[in-house]
Amino acid sequence: MAEYSAFSLLKNALNGNKDWKPAWRKPDPKASYDVIVIGGGGHGLSTAYYLAKEHGITNVAVLEKGWLGSGNVGRNTTAVRSNYLLPQNTRFYEHSMKLWENLSHDLNYNVMFSQRGCLNLAHTPAQLDDYARRGNAMRHLGVDAELMTVNQIKRLVPALDVSGSARFPVLGGLMQPRAGTARHDAVAWGYARGADRRGVDIIENCEVTGFLRDGDQVIGVTTTRGDIRARKVALAVAGSTGHVMQLAGISHMPIESHVLQAFVSESLKPIVDTVLTFGMGHFYISQSDKGGLVYGGDLDGYNSYAQRGSLPIVDEVMSEMLALFPGLARVRMLRSWGGLCDMTMDGSPIITTGPLPGMYLNCGWCYGGFKATPASGWCFAWTIAKDEPHEFNAPFTLDRFYRGLIIDDKGQGANPRLH
Amino acid sequence: MLITCPYCGPRDVVEFTYQGDGNRERPQPASQDLDAWNAYVYDRLNPAGDHNEIWQHSGGCRAHLRVVRNTLTHEILSTAFARGGHKSAGHKAGGNQ
Ligand SMILES: Cc1cc2nc3c(=O)[nH]c(=O)nc-3n(C[C@H](O)[C@H](O)[C@H](O)COP(=O)(O)OP(=O)(O)OC[C@H]3O[C@@H](n4cnc5c(N)ncnc54)[C@H](O)[C@@H]3O)c2cc1C
Ligand SMILES: [Zn+2]
Repeated sequence: MAEYSAFSLLKNALNGNKDWKPAWRKPDPKASYDVIVIGGGGHGLSTAYYLAKEHGITNVAVLEKGWLGSGNVGRNTTAVRSNYLLPQNTRFYEHSMKLWENLSHDLNYNVMFSQRGCLNLAHTPAQLDDYARRGNAMRHLGVDAELMTVNQIKRLVPALDVSGSARFPVLGGLMQPRAGTARHDAVAWGYARGADRRGVDIIENCEVTGFLRDGDQVIGVTTTRGDIRARKVALAVAGSTGHVMQLAGISHMPIESHVLQAFVSESLKPIVDTVLTFGMGHFYISQSDKGGLVYGGDLDGYNSYAQRGSLPIVDEVMSEMLALFPGLARVRMLRSWGGLCDMTMDGSPIITTGPLPGMYLNCGWCYGGFKATPASGWCFAWTIAKDEPHEFNAPFTLDRFYRGLIIDDKGQGANPRLH
Repeated sequence: MLITCPYCGPRDVVEFTYQGDGNRERPQPASQDLDAWNAYVYDRLNPAGDHNEIWQHSGGCRAHLRVVRNTLTHEILSTAFARGGHKSAGHKAGGNQ
């Protein structure tokens, strides 16, 4: 189904672009489906795509309260990597990385996956040792990782201040060469088109307002466009998880919703040819194909459902950027925005059957879930289709917190704002 | 965001440290009730609306405060010392949508 090809480009160029079809239909909701996926973000759309493609389940609706891609899938800073420490995370994110490497081909949609690498800077000898340990843990599981010297880093990112007089001198870094970035909107659109062409109904401006129940069993949802029944109801609402679970009568979760901001500068000539992270604070940066610097830092740090950020973080992020790149002091910031992150108590996601019968839950992406988009949908579709997890998502249960099996890559404990 | 500390008056949010959901009930230290400990450590109310939460004025008088704040608008509805009497009011706010 190569709708986009050199031939179709040429044909449409010659006939005034009249034959392109909309990327997805705008159907009205049916009375019932086999599966309802709540949330038309990256994870909900990829779930629907893999339900249809891998499991032949096509009587599926994706319900999105806003427009497609209006959540985090269109708000993130597009970094894709699998440089985790713990084996549960490494296996899952590396599965995602492998799906990314073939995604444009699989979707027949150019998601502009760019393996420009991801480099974590070390500023103390202890930190460099820690990165060596992480790199070894990654290589042990077959993931690429290389320690870099200051001279190699200087050649890779000439604008970076690596002098001894830098505010936080750079001592080296850990590079994952296969990591990189992808065009986030294209990921949403590509999955949406792929799911739509296989029969999935993508229904925008349709907010889920409650759950239809038969005793404990979830048998559908109430929405702003009427009641819709389904054998299986799957949640993929990212930062809204706490609120939507409350609609199902579950008021307590191991989750807090927080706001994360991101920033884009005016366009510059290429100066950062990788994804770069700062080791002495929380700051990361890459450069978009249009030349804008894309960067961000910490969460605002307190519960929030407002998709906008506060000024103290703006101040902090800018000062961390200048610690690394004093030469950017006069570059203007074009835009900033915020997105909602569902922060778990151990910083790792939840992909599971339940917690109510008939319900399936995909959440807890914190602020690292864009890179997970392919594997999240792939594993969630497996879990929905077979009523059991795939081995890649088996550790990511909801009850791991209560069973003492937390997956705390950063070792921060049950403090969401620190993950 | 400004938080009004009962000792120090209105201060910028950067002077405060967030300590999360103020509805959690810490079990007695000798308690062996695992469910109660798990709930205390891991479970949070996470409402889209009024939220009853604990902040510390760590950059000021260091007092712990109970703050009721709207998570959609960031409006602060009340501030009081965490110790003493305000728990029930907070409980109600925490359960609101
Ligand atoms: C500023 C920022 C930067 C980030 N940077 C990165 C990064 O560089 N790399 C990385 O890996 N991750 C990053 N992330 C995290 C990543 O974007 C998210 O973890 C991931 O996108 C979440 O999954 P999603 O795409 O499905 O969520 P979303 O796109 O948010 O999808 C959830 C959808 O559910 C919908 N919804 C909510 N409630 C309802 C309802 N009641 N009814 C119907 N629909 C509903 C929402 O409207 C939304 O569209 C970043 C996040 C932010 C905010
Ligand atoms: Zn004070």
